[in-house]
Amino acid sequence: MSRVRIPPVLRETVGGARELEASGDTVLEVLDDLFAQHPALRERVTTEGKLSPFVNLYVNGRDVRYTTGLATPVSPDDQVILLPAMAGG
Amino acid sequence: MAETGTFLEVSVADALKLGSERRIIDVRELVEWNEGHIPTATLVPLADIPTTIETVVPDKTTPLLVHCAVGARSRRAALYLSQAGYTDVVNIQGRLAEWKALGGAWEVPTPLLSDAERRRYSRQVLIPEIGQEGQRRLLDSRVLLIGAGGLGSPAALYLAAAGIGTLGIVDDDVVDESNLQRQVLHTADRVGMPKTESAEMTLTALNPDVRVVRHAERLDAANVDRLVAEYDVIVDGTDNFETRYLLNDASVTYRKPVVHGSIYRWDGQVTTFVPFEGPCYRCLYPTQPPEELAPACAVAGVLGVLPGIIGLLQANETVKLVLGVGETLAGRMLLFDALTTSFDEIRLWRDPACPSCGKGVAQPQPVAAGAAQAVAAR
Repeated sequence: MSRVRIPPVLRETVGGARELEASGDTVLEVLDDLFAQHPALRERVTTEGKLSPFVNLYVNGRDVRYTTGLATPVSPDDQVILLPAMAGG
Repeated sequence: MAETGTFLEVSVADALKLGSERRIIDVRELVEWNEGHIPTATLVPLADIPTTIETVVPDKTTPLLVHCAVGARSRRAALYLSQAGYTDVVNIQGRLAEWKALGGAWEVPTPLLSDAERRRYSRQVLIPEIGQEGQRRLLDSRVLLIGAGGLGSPAALYLAAAGIGTLGIVDDDVVDESNLQRQVLHTADRVGMPKTESAEMTLTALNPDVRVVRHAERLDAANVDRLVAEYDVIVDGTDNFETRYLLNDASVTYRKPVVHGSIYRWDGQVTTFVPFEGPCYRCLYPTQPPEELAPACAVAGVLGVLPGIIGLLQANETVKLVLGVGETLAGRMLLFDALTTSFDEIRLWRDPACPSCGKGVAQPQPVAAGAAQAVAAR
């Protein structure tokens, strides 16, 4: 199981959790497991099956858009961070 | 011409006659030099002679005249020079005060800092990475704060205290009661006052030397170029995406670094965008999210302490950018969780396909004055 950090703007979608556990060997599988647990999360994070352009996903601090996207491998000890843009000042 | 290891000594009066024909080397310390020196002399403190003299005077047959304050240190320098192969070394044996008294040329350099500035910024000047030159740089710099709100308030306070010479503040809002929980530039008796005016009152009370430039307008397509071009570093403390993208594109065009902060309830983010050296905001988020995914503080709420922490991290980035020291957050983003008091760091990448700063975009020359040159040279 990997730990996935849930950003504050998405916490209401997952019942307030700050972090969730999800299983899968790739980002795609981890996300699918998350969406199975919390279906409302899917449309907040993806657009037409891809990560939305205003949501970044990091595996151990690396943006998967600059690695191999949803196919990026995830191991159980990895930290996954979902990070949509925040505007507040 | 003397043999190796030998040199001549002359009185101050005789040295005055020789002065115009010889290369004068002042072997005193910088502090002594700054109190006054012979205009045509070159400063090479005694301890630096072995490592520096061959760069300063490559030709060892150059006629040299060395001096210090009374003739003792320069005697050691003269001995060293003659042993190092300099063939024509003359030491002034006598007090430098006499040189002045006898009408020798003399100048006192304009100090980098006034006495008042040296006192006010003494704790900063003591830091090796800053010193008087760094403080001068801060005093000559121009920083633009977008927003005098939650992030802008702490950043502005500390930047003014640090002696940033010119602080521009862009804000078209007035002080509201609900701002006071976090926007520490403003006070209860100023509710209803334009934020730029309130900011100027607070900042000039803290540091009267700082010039506060009030831009009581909203950053928009019509004014963004003018505002960004006038400053060295931009501190982004805005509360909406339109302004952030607008600012990003102008800052890339004018090659100005933007210190970016954002906050939401208990969470804060901070990074520094240095155009063409690291990613820009569009590399990070190519498009803005729909409104329901990015509610403003007014809708979602924010812990009052949080912008204090994030805004001061922004001030710290700004000071380093102006000084050209240390390592900025360019290419990294710091995530702060106030509820667990923890920081995470993620790496940011330049997007080759970025419409603002990607491969297809010609890199503009830096449009810079003063401190911005140091920024660009990093």
